[in-house]
Amino acid sequence: MSRFKKKKGGGTPAMSTASLPDIVFMLLFFFMVTTVMRETTLIVENSLPKASEIKKIEDKSLCSYIYVGAPVSGMKTKFGTEPRIQLNDSFKLASDIQEFVAAKREATAEEKKPQLITCIKADVDAKMGLITDIKQELRKAQAFKINYATYESFE
Amino acid sequence: MSRRTLPEINAGSMADIAFLLLIFFLVTTTMDVDTGLVRKLPAMPEEEEIIDDSQIKSKNIYVVLVNAKDQLLVEEELMDVSQLREGTKAFLDNWGKNPKLSDNPQKAIVSLQNDRGTSYEMYIKVQNELSAAYRELRDREAQKKFGAYYAELEGENKKEIRKMYPSKISEAEPKKVGGN
Repeated sequence: MSRFKKKKGGGTPAMSTASLPDIVFMLLFFFMVTTVMRETTLIVENSLPKASEIKKIEDKSLCSYIYVGAPVSGMKTKFGTEPRIQLNDSFKLASDIQEFVAAKREATAEEKKPQLITCIKADVDAKMGLITDIKQELRKAQAFKINYATYESFE
Repeated sequence: MSRRTLPEINAGSMADIAFLLLIFFLVTTTMDVDTGLVRKLPAMPEEEEIIDDSQIKSKNIYVVLVNAKDQLLVEEELMDVSQLREGTKAFLDNWGKNPKLSDNPQKAIVSLQNDRGTSYEMYIKVQNELSAAYRELRDREAQKKFGAYYAELEGENKKEIRKMYPSKISEAEPKKVGGN
């Protein structure tokens, strides 16, 4: 009978989880606001070099990315092991860069065009020959502002 | 008036739904900030244009060469990357004392030339050391004058320091020397 039931006691009362959704929602909104979806899938190896004299890029939407590196392991049989250029989602040649830069310029609002910057994300094992070719093409395309993407190193 | 109380909606699963969304955004988010060395490329030279650099005295040019084996030749002497910063600072901040180095920082030009076989890692290291040399000199001058780092200065003050130590890193037109 209930009369003989042992009294529950001693233990702490159950914690109210009513505010749990609120906390989770707070975190959710934080991540929703800060998130930037990955636009391209990398098909080149891309470990950036380190430098200390770096600047942050304020507005990523003004950046056009040029990836340079050896094809990832799944692509090696088809595309070889020499470092190559990746624009958007595919391998391209240096001669395609002018068109790529022009397309980006076309898609940008007039007042923001002077702030456009080209971000070269090259692998540490890339050779300067390829980078020089890219730089020459960028000069021809009159995209003079460039940024060598690096990680931050602290001395 | 018959008052029917609305049955309460069970909000117990709300947390689960929110967690689901949260985990989705956690996975897809990339928090990395893009950082890097910002440079400005020179305009393409006109074909008939011949660059006349005979006006510049050779002592005002600090020649930095990097070969295909990532070795550094600075002013015709072999050098390690770790010494490059001090070397550049000495060159820029000479003020005519040493007849082999620059007259003053305004006239001084750092000329960087690399081979097609130079590794990108080495190139960035060299670029980094050169900017560090300029940054350190600017910082020193900014501390002396305004008691702040160069990066913290604004407007006119920043311009003044920049005018004192203008960053002149020139890259030679590419030549193919050592091959890949």
